[in-house]
Amino acid sequence: MTASVFFGCTFIAFGPAISLFLFTIARDPLRVIFLIAGAFFWLCSLLLSSLVWFITVQISNKESSSQQKGLLIFGVVLSVLLQETFRFGYYKLLKKANEGLLMLSAEETMPISIQQLAYVSGLGFGFMSGAFSVVNILADSVGPGTIGIHGDSQHYFLSSAFMTMAIVLLHMFWGVVFFDACEKRLWWSLAVVVSSHLLVSCLTFQNPQYVGSLVPTYVIMFLMGLWAFFCAGGSLRNLKFCLTCKDKDFLLAHHRPR
Amino acid sequence: MGLESSKWIIMFLVCWLYKNVNSSSVAQKIYVEVNDTVPCVRLLNATHQIGCQSSISGDTGVIHVLESEDDLEWPLSKGPNPPYVVLLELSLFTRSIMMKMKESSSRVAGVTVVVPNANPAEFSPHTTCPNDNTGVYSDTYGPDYAHCNQTVWNPLGNGLSYEDFDFPVFSLKEDNGTEVIKQCYFDHNRVVNGSAPQYPLCAMQLFSHMHAVTDTATCMRRNEVGTFSLNPEMVCDALGDFNVWASIRPYNSSDLGHKDNESVVIAAARLDSRAFFWDVSTGAEGSISGFVTLLAAAQALRQVTEEAPPTHNILFAFFQGEAFDYIGSSRMVYDMENGKFVINLDNVHSILEVGQVALRNGTDLYLHSDPVSRMNNSINDKVKRLVINLQSSTKGVNFSLVEPRFSQPLPPSSLQRFLRAQRIPGIVLADHETSFNNKRYESYYDNANNLNLTYPSNLTTEEQLVFVTDTAKALAEVATVVARALYKQAGGNESQVDNITADPKTVTQMLYGFLVQTNNSWFQARVSPELKNQLKSSPPEFYVGVASSSKPKTLTHLVQYLLANLTGAATNLSQSQCQKPDELPGESKQMYSYLWVQGMIPPNSTEAESFCVRASVQLSPAMSPAFDLGEYNSKIYSTWTESRWKFIKARIFLVASRDLEMLTLGVGVAVLFTSLLMTYFISTKADVLFSSAREPASAAY
Repeated sequence: MTASVFFGCTFIAFGPAISLFLFTIARDPLRVIFLIAGAFFWLCSLLLSSLVWFITVQISNKESSSQQKGLLIFGVVLSVLLQETFRFGYYKLLKKANEGLLMLSAEETMPISIQQLAYVSGLGFGFMSGAFSVVNILADSVGPGTIGIHGDSQHYFLSSAFMTMAIVLLHMFWGVVFFDACEKRLWWSLAVVVSSHLLVSCLTFQNPQYVGSLVPTYVIMFLMGLWAFFCAGGSLRNLKFCLTCKDKDFLLAHHRPR
Repeated sequence: MGLESSKWIIMFLVCWLYKNVNSSSVAQKIYVEVNDTVPCVRLLNATHQIGCQSSISGDTGVIHVLESEDDLEWPLSKGPNPPYVVLLELSLFTRSIMMKMKESSSRVAGVTVVVPNANPAEFSPHTTCPNDNTGVYSDTYGPDYAHCNQTVWNPLGNGLSYEDFDFPVFSLKEDNGTEVIKQCYFDHNRVVNGSAPQYPLCAMQLFSHMHAVTDTATCMRRNEVGTFSLNPEMVCDALGDFNVWASIRPYNSSDLGHKDNESVVIAAARLDSRAFFWDVSTGAEGSISGFVTLLAAAQALRQVTEEAPPTHNILFAFFQGEAFDYIGSSRMVYDMENGKFVINLDNVHSILEVGQVALRNGTDLYLHSDPVSRMNNSINDKVKRLVINLQSSTKGVNFSLVEPRFSQPLPPSSLQRFLRAQRIPGIVLADHETSFNNKRYESYYDNANNLNLTYPSNLTTEEQLVFVTDTAKALAEVATVVARALYKQAGGNESQVDNITADPKTVTQMLYGFLVQTNNSWFQARVSPELKNQLKSSPPEFYVGVASSSKPKTLTHLVQYLLANLTGAATNLSQSQCQKPDELPGESKQMYSYLWVQGMIPPNSTEAESFCVRASVQLSPAMSPAFDLGEYNSKIYSTWTESRWKFIKARIFLVASRDLEMLTLGVGVAVLFTSLLMTYFISTKADVLFSSAREPASAAY
């Protein structure tokens, strides 16, 4: 539509991601590196799945729309499965790298824990996924026109931006839960992560009924967020401490530096 | 597989994938491109800029379909969502409406005119007094006749072609694309019971940014500044093309300047025409009637001038660029004055110009002459002799030639430029006594319908080509009279005169080619193979366009080849000999031009029999002397230039209200701030929040 819509949608889609990056990742170069590597892994999974989809589309019957729809569903499912596979692959790679890093570094403890790696890699996946979801749409939102001349819904840009925000945060939560599940060998947690990813992706087939796809996605996001919070070591007690500003006492009591 | 081959495979794969990728599908949901639009472009001369332009990033406005002149209040004052793009029917494309929009141009983003297929009753965007300041009449020469004081030649002209609009004006055809635009307006922008229409509204964006501004001197100066950089950016180009001329007895093209004892009768016609929109003009009555008549007369004279050559030479001249202050004729006169043409002005015996001759109301054609030069007795006598030669050539035709009943200036014609330089006896032949009979002068509608050119409905294209219409018969009669008069004027043998007749079949084939489609078998047989590829299934463009130093326009090329075929001779030369004729005895490239033409296709084969035509046809440059002299402010010569532009397009889409956009921005900023705050809060308390994980024991690393 115009520059204001462009900036509005960019802030909605990437606001949480940018603030997370600024406050938690930007200071530590090691985290930045792992973030970018995670983004790259997601990119590879997308490349592979889009190659497969593209080839199947070329050899299929382009006229039949039901076949194209079926191929799209197949493509989405394949892409989700490949993303999770690459996430697992990244986990394995990080485990190996950790041993190497420990050998190289002068200190005795790990420079970065596996939970932090889970968070960083999830966020990396989220950045890249969000970028691919929404950058194309943002580029066209700069022009003077808005969607609708062919009868589509006017809320396309806004709902795409909100969906992207949800996806970015979801990837981060999935990363934390996934790595934690791999550490503790909880395979059913892994299955829940993969199936929730599949569910969220398939919900987008409800578009242009944006309410039907956005509301369940946000519900899932909140649930995953809670789960990730507990996996990462949070608890209601800690939350109460923070909110009632008794955290200083807590830290002093446990001889921990701030 | 080696590294080398895998690299090639990957590159091939990437290229193949790139080829198959579509353009952005989001953009396809937003914009609908409008095809087949013709813009109005900016032209400049020594003092003004005319035409239209848009801003560099296009002009966007809410579409409003104008229903009547009173409805103009809505876009200009009452409408709540300025600026507007006004969609007009041709009947509303009048001077008063356009001037009102020009005054409130802050609320008008652009205008689109829907151009119907049927001709309007009358429409002329040209001025009422064409080529006023560059003709022969001025405050020093015939001041009573200057500025159309006595006779207004084009009274229906509304002068829109010469106004300067600072918003773009596009024209649309009346087809499906325009229906889509009107449907979008009816769905979204209609005013219901006086209340403002709700957002989202249907809007249109027009791109036609012109690079040149102010006047020719400014844009030429900017052209020169541009040449210093590596990528010279030109902003404007001079208008011009080539004149076509031929003579009965050939001239040596390297022997320029005055020729002793040479007295030439010049027969002139104009080739070009213009319209309000760029490059869509068709000058049926304005130009085609004149030059087709002259081409037929040239053909009629071929045989008799070979058998019984007249005393004086006859030179047929076809001028380009006459619509823009006489570019072609002023250049030829300049060349004659400065010894750059094969003859000089003193070698000119008299001039007969064929003007607009196709719309004869009654049975008379009129002979216009210049009253000021006729005040000189010797010129008057010569003009009278020319009139007598003309009037006595009407044996066997059903019209007569009369002079206007009262003393009247010359209509706009190339003869005026010759008179500016020297008093020469001359006559302009026209079908109008005072104002033009042409109700669509210099407009898009001066087409076949303007001449009442109709073909019976069940003919194939080949049959239409050779069907002799009434218009063709009438023009053939005029051509007969012109040919006979020229022969007599050039001192030919009186007894041969009655044998001179023009061929109506030639005339009708030329009319078909220039008014219906150039891609017909008659034209194809008479042009070169390269030119044959440029022939289309529509008439040629009659706008003179930007001067190119080497290639003439299709129209000029066609007239050159037709004139060569009609006045020249076929030879036995082969194709390579045709290109280098000087090696043969008796042939000279200086005296003649040798053109390789496609030829007819014999009935039993598919290959055309090409041959070499030798004719005395030449092209002479038709670029205004002002550009060679560097006098871009000249008031004497034409200084018309055309601006350059990058791209011209139009598209429609919906626009949302400003409130919704601001709301989106507000929500975005709010989300950003909220997330910044929360993240700060969480990151500072991260130790406490996530402390349960730091238990000793487990966690493999």
